[in-house]
Amino acid sequence: MLTLKIAFRNIFRNTRRSLTTLATIAIGAMAVLVFGAYITYIQYGVQTGAVQGTGHLQVFRNGYFNYGTAAPSDWGIDHYQDLLRLIREDPELKQLTAVVTPIQSLAGIAGNFENNTSKPFFGAGFVPSSRDRMKQWNEYGTDSRGLTHSGLQDNDLTRGITGSGVVRILGLCGQLHLQECPPAPKLASSSSDPSTNAFATPAPDLAELSGRDKPVNDAHSDEPVIDLLAATAGGAPNVVTLRVSNVELQTLKELDDNYVGMNLGLAQNLIYGRGEHKVSGIVVQLKRTEDLERARKRLLVLFKERGLDMEIRDFTELNPQYNQIIGMFRSIFAFISAIISMVVLFTVTNAMGMSVVERTGEIGTSRAMGVRRQGIRRQFLTEGGLLGIMGATLGVVLAYLVAYAINHSGLTWSPPGQVGRSPLRLYLIGAEWLVVTTWIGLFFVSAFAAFVPANRAARMVVVDALRHV
Amino acid sequence: MKAQTLAEIAESESADGPIVRLSNVVKTYRAGSVEVPAVKGISFEIPRQRFSMIVGPSGSGKTTLLNLIGCIDRPTQGSIVVGGQQVGILDDNAISDFRAKRVGFIFQNFSLIPVLSAWENIDYPLMLLGIPAEQRRELSTRMLEAVGLSAQRDRRPNELSGGQKQRVAIARALVKGPDFVLADEPTANLDSKTGASIVDLMRRMQEEYSTTFVFSTHDPHLMSHADETFTIRDGQLVDHIARGSHC
Repeated sequence: MLTLKIAFRNIFRNTRRSLTTLATIAIGAMAVLVFGAYITYIQYGVQTGAVQGTGHLQVFRNGYFNYGTAAPSDWGIDHYQDLLRLIREDPELKQLTAVVTPIQSLAGIAGNFENNTSKPFFGAGFVPSSRDRMKQWNEYGTDSRGLTHSGLQDNDLTRGITGSGVVRILGLCGQLHLQECPPAPKLASSSSDPSTNAFATPAPDLAELSGRDKPVNDAHSDEPVIDLLAATAGGAPNVVTLRVSNVELQTLKELDDNYVGMNLGLAQNLIYGRGEHKVSGIVVQLKRTEDLERARKRLLVLFKERGLDMEIRDFTELNPQYNQIIGMFRSIFAFISAIISMVVLFTVTNAMGMSVVERTGEIGTSRAMGVRRQGIRRQFLTEGGLLGIMGATLGVVLAYLVAYAINHSGLTWSPPGQVGRSPLRLYLIGAEWLVVTTWIGLFFVSAFAAFVPANRAARMVVVDALRHV
Repeated sequence: MKAQTLAEIAESESADGPIVRLSNVVKTYRAGSVEVPAVKGISFEIPRQRFSMIVGPSGSGKTTLLNLIGCIDRPTQGSIVVGGQQVGILDDNAISDFRAKRVGFIFQNFSLIPVLSAWENIDYPLMLLGIPAEQRRELSTRMLEAVGLSAQRDRRPNELSGGQKQRVAIARALVKGPDFVLADEPTANLDSKTGASIVDLMRRMQEEYSTTFVFSTHDPHLMSHADETFTIRDGQLVDHIARGSHC
């Protein structure tokens, strides 16, 4: 108690120096916390985007993830309705899951005959209502990413969505009234030369195939139509027609120029034709990310019990950029934290060192009165620790104020992995581990910084200290 | 070297003998490569419950001698026995505890803890000894009254005059009931009138508390206050006057 009392009073003995030291610690704490809160927001935001798109887990036939994407039809899951039922009706998984839905990956060529343009595409078939429900997942209260409502109906197999690049390249911007989608400039050598564009003037049999799928009752004549050509599981070419009812801007240009999303039934028609309709995977979206490992274990148990040769991939594997983005920001955070710790370390060491010099006579008096060496050491360590506690506490308060101000400022930005601008937010509330870790860290850094001066004070020769003026 | 506890020290103490016995004590300081002798083979005894004075000009070795007696410095040669205890064999912790319990210090520059009030400065040595709060409060308050500073109880040292600071220092030295009090030129930083009042106070307190005072000064006019006077010159004892006698 005496040590604490003397330490507290000594901190304010040289007010200017103590305030400078406290300000350094407080600003350091605030910087660490604000940046940590920003990273937390990024992490939650990127995770939300990933989980909304791919779910937490996806179940494939074993080997699909590494080898199957080149020929998704070959790796289709037979009798997938049974698998869906198994997952959906399991009592444990029922409590954990928000959405369990099938998907079918596919790739082929998309063409606009009227414009004599075509291009490769890749995409997915999904159950529209399930996709829309997945887009509502928002565990951390970040804004939803991308198109939250596809506008597609489960029973309407004619319509789909594309990346904005697909409709731009196929010359459909005008019909969709898209902004920032200028017409293609004229090239010196005609790119629409039928001899160089195999799909622009389709072979008679493909044109006939395409014509068969054209909607007869064209109630949505304003919606642009594209034809999708793909090889069926049997190897034969197949064509379906898709009405583009909506455009979803994708985060990467390559994806934006190639993505086509459609009703699962249409994708199955294209890939499997009249054969058995399969799916390439089952998407499992959980209510809470923290249940991921529990759900994975349960799925493995179910598959083992039924002898199913399946593999399970989580959203970090399905979205490799997730770990890259988080890893990069964590590295920056660690680097900034290390620099701030060093600044705090040297500032406190300097302040305590000056304090020891100024109080040399006092140290001699205390030692003469019977204070042991460890008592002197404890005194200065307490002062360093108190500086850390006060500075870190002040820093925490400042960080909360800054977070509140920024969260209510209306600032926007484009986070990584997201199209368009979002409100800029700092997630301090809900990141208590960050606050506690920073606070404890700065306390220890400050106490550690006082160690060298405290030791020097403790080792002073009493008579030399008493002689000091 | 075996460390001794305070209990062991107390057991070994002789209640009848002198409070301090110095035998052929030498203290040499090293300034770079040069050895500077401060005390050159001094031997004497300081009797209990007396007001003893060590007199000598500046640089004669008075402060060094007081530091050795007060166990805040160690002799280069010779032995020092304080209260029957050979202090040279104590380790740093044991000697710190010894000082905390048995030695009171009064310094020329007062050496109060600046962040503590007058009352807290007096309370400080009692806290070091772990005395219960209630007992400390009573002892400190009584001592503050004894030196006439009740009204200045909550003032910090920078709000006190030189004389008041030295009164606080006297109270602080005496409050724990030490075996002896060492005062190193306590009047040097005071005007003559205040200095005289401080010497009077120390003398009165010494009689009232029946303790031993060892007082160093370079002012020969203060010799009349002493029961015992030891005159030091060039690190050697040149004279010892006991009250009414001259050796």
